[in-house]
Amino acid sequence: MAKRAASRADRIGLRAAMADRLLPFMVAAMSFLAALALAGSIAASALATHWLSGAQGLITIEVPNPGQPVAANGPRRADAVLTLLQATPGLADAHVLSRQSLATLLKPWLGAAASDGTLPIALPAVIVAHSRTATPDPATLDAKLAGIAPGTLVESGASWAARLEALTDSLRASAAAVLVIVALVAASVVAVAVRAGLAQRREAIEIIHGLGALDSDIANQFARRAMRLAATGGLIGALVALPVLVWLGRLSASFVASAPSINTNPASALASALPPLLWASPVLFTVATALIGWVAAQATVRGWLKQLT
Amino acid sequence: MIRFSHVGLNYRRTAQAGGIVSRHADATALDDIDFDIPEGGFRWLTGPSGAGKTSLLKLMYLAIHPTNGRIDLLGTDTAKLDRRGTALLRRRIGVVYQDFRLLRHLTAYDNVALPMRLARRKEAHVRADVTELLRWVGLAGRLDHRPDELSGGEQQRVAIARAVITRPSLLLADEPTGNLDDDQAERLMHLITSLNRLGTTVIVATHNLGLVARHPAPVMELEAGRMVRHG
Ligand SMILES: Nc1ncnc2c1ncn2[C@@H]1O[C@H](COP(=O)(O)OP(=O)(O)OP(=O)(O)O)[C@@H](O)[C@H]1O
Ligand SMILES: [Mg+2]
Repeated sequence: MAKRAASRADRIGLRAAMADRLLPFMVAAMSFLAALALAGSIAASALATHWLSGAQGLITIEVPNPGQPVAANGPRRADAVLTLLQATPGLADAHVLSRQSLATLLKPWLGAAASDGTLPIALPAVIVAHSRTATPDPATLDAKLAGIAPGTLVESGASWAARLEALTDSLRASAAAVLVIVALVAASVVAVAVRAGLAQRREAIEIIHGLGALDSDIANQFARRAMRLAATGGLIGALVALPVLVWLGRLSASFVASAPSINTNPASALASALPPLLWASPVLFTVATALIGWVAAQATVRGWLKQLT
Repeated sequence: MIRFSHVGLNYRRTAQAGGIVSRHADATALDDIDFDIPEGGFRWLTGPSGAGKTSLLKLMYLAIHPTNGRIDLLGTDTAKLDRRGTALLRRRIGVVYQDFRLLRHLTAYDNVALPMRLARRKEAHVRADVTELLRWVGLAGRLDHRPDELSGGEQQRVAIARAVITRPSLLLADEPTGNLDDDQAERLMHLITSLNRLGTTVIVATHNLGLVARHPAPVMELEAGRMVRHG
């Protein structure tokens, strides 16, 4: 009786018809990689947003030989440039970086010499300004500055913001490509497993087909099983990826000052360790791999059945 | 109603040798077959081994397509059927294969239940019908045996039960008494003639001329792929 009861749920006797040992593991590996790619893409976006919000509109002006007068009895070059910048419409908050903060910035490169005045070269003055909505035309600004203090360099945040944006765009595109490839590999893994199952049950399928089974009757049997196995793999992969992502999140938090690197409440620290999308990834990936399993199995079985009249 | 109009069948035997497919043009199994069987009719199909009996039945249970000619089955031109239509028509045709074709990993019970389950009958009905029919063919104590745990004759009776469980409109039996003793063969003929009286069209291919003599009915006789007698 046990034998009979066991097969009753399996209406047409194809339940055990799939090589199913490896499938969840392979899909789990794909799911894990997909989670990493997704996290990478999200992190790239977050870092870019963070950096860009600081860099956008920031203009740095280096004035060489700042102490030299502009003309005989004229003001110091640094002061003249500062006055010009303060008068330029569209620029705000122009100020000279203090020797102290300049020394702090340069310390990693120049060492203690940066601050104790023993440096054998004269440091330029560094003026920082924020450009408002309308950025001043760089060519006009350059020309004016060259008149007062030749050799002055203007470094606009906009130029490297564009480069940073290009970088994050390509990171996101790579992550999307990884997701697509990983999905295709998962689909192929399912297709291979289903094909093995079909080959193993060839005779039974021919008989059932001869008894009048529709292609959908047979395909659904395989698809249901493939869906369950793939979804299991998808869930496992995403769950295994979570701790790794939390750990990576901790590491990258130090680059993003606004991210909560140290939080006294451990629960909320964990919750905010990852973006919500990543916490949802186990659910997302379970659904996605279930879908991949179903579709890949349906397509494989229906294609295979074409050889039967 | 079954109608064959100038049906020919040529097996293009394909031999796979290093991927090369060779075609033998001489594989003509049936030639210009022409006959009608009215709904509810009964026919014996006889002829020496290799005459084409199984081939003719295969055409009728839609396992192969004719090379030429036209076949109408249960009111349908078979050439016009799509995949779904073919499958649904197959469900109205019960087949007892010469080699049984039972599912090896399923019990006798599940093998017989298969056509009912494909038709999505309720499990309660399946249980009632399958147990009754298996009891009728003398297999009440064998419900949970798999084919490899059954004798040849028992397997044949399972195959017969599977063919008739859904009361098909057309019953095709290929040498159904080959593994049965005379007693069992008579019981089987009783089952088949009962179905026939209920309206099922029946065609039985056999070498057993004694059986044919005991159950008089029109005979279709094949010889080397040609119909040499019908009536
Ligand atoms: N799949 C096949 N491919 C090629 N030739 C085949 C195929 N099946 C049968 N034949 C050939 O077709 C002819 C008719 O075979 P068929 O099986 O119809 O004979 P039969 O009358 O059923 O014989 P038997 O009484 O031995 O069962 C034979 O010559 C056989 O060799
Ligand atoms: Mg035969």
